[in-house]
Amino acid sequence: MKIKLRNPSREVELAGRKRVKDVLRELDILPGTVLVIRGADLLTADEVVGDGDELEVRPVMSGGSEAK
Amino acid sequence: MKCRKCGAGAVIELPRHNAAFCAPDFKEFFRKQVAEAIRKHRMFTSDEPVLVAVSGGKDSLALWDVLIETGYQTAGLYLDLGIFDYSVESKTKCEAFAASRGQKLIVESVANAIGAPIPEVQKATRRPTCSACGLSKRYLMNRAAVDHGYPVIATGHNLDDEAAVLFGNVLHWQMDPLSRQSPALASTHPKLARRVKPLYRLSERETAAYAFLRGIDYIVDECPFAKGATSIAHKQILDRLEEASPGAKHNFLFGFLEKARGVFEGTEPTVLNECAVCGQVTTGEICAFCKLSDQVKRRRA
Repeated sequence: MKIKLRNPSREVELAGRKRVKDVLRELDILPGTVLVIRGADLLTADEVVGDGDELEVRPVMSGGSEAK
Repeated sequence: MKCRKCGAGAVIELPRHNAAFCAPDFKEFFRKQVAEAIRKHRMFTSDEPVLVAVSGGKDSLALWDVLIETGYQTAGLYLDLGIFDYSVESKTKCEAFAASRGQKLIVESVANAIGAPIPEVQKATRRPTCSACGLSKRYLMNRAAVDHGYPVIATGHNLDDEAAVLFGNVLHWQMDPLSRQSPALASTHPKLARRVKPLYRLSERETAAYAFLRGIDYIVDECPFAKGATSIAHKQILDRLEEASPGAKHNFLFGFLEKARGVFEGTEPTVLNECAVCGQVTTGEICAFCKLSDQVKRRRA
């Protein structure tokens, strides 16, 4: 499967069927810090993904000055 | 994973609530949390026009979206910080959002107000960028609200933002900021708008999910100056804590608001004056923004 990552923008490939939570573990990403997106859908941690899937792992953190 | 409410397939799990929701029920949960924040802290009524400070990011656009959907009278305020392509893109997102919802967007330029865009302010004053930026935003938000007749400014600060600020303030025992940290700050002067944070009950993952599920086109890339910011380091520490112990951030922030904040409140109310230069509120004679602006103009002269 193809996985699009951000900050910095890059793409990685992982092989095999696995749960989203295992994909994130392999990428060393805490599940609470990202959205995992497939097309128009958000995926939960127990969703199984596999070859042929294209995922976006989108960070949710924003920051900097305290006045947004 | 199934939705806690209807049993359909879930799209998001919320470990701190020990729950998961489908898209429609999550959006409903989100709107209820915003409504509860507004109610609990009497942030504003449906008769009051609300100025929503928008950056083009997920939080502020999600907030504006919920307030519009709920039927509040709103306008957006975009502060153009002049931060390279980041500001160009974020402004475009705000303009597109406002146009798609038929809402008014007020745009103010930091460079016009202070004499230089934010990256130049940092070079001219050697003040940390996020500090000069935060000061300028607070000042310009209030000035715009007062000038345009909005009694209240709503910002997109979420639970993670508030927990990280609290963490930083506790680390250094910043007594004054601790006494002022609140989801709603009342107006204590005719030239000071009320400031409210209706998303303080929602995590940033929840605001990101809401923005995604509502089809909001927001700027995902981070401000180039946020990298290495202390607030980000604090968020990362709290993220690790949350992963090990779901609900840690919520308990930290809500415990403070409900049990501890009062301890830090001073007995003497802060006396506000009008700045001798610009007439906006300040605790001194000349406000911090005018001092910063003067410094920028002198260094660049």
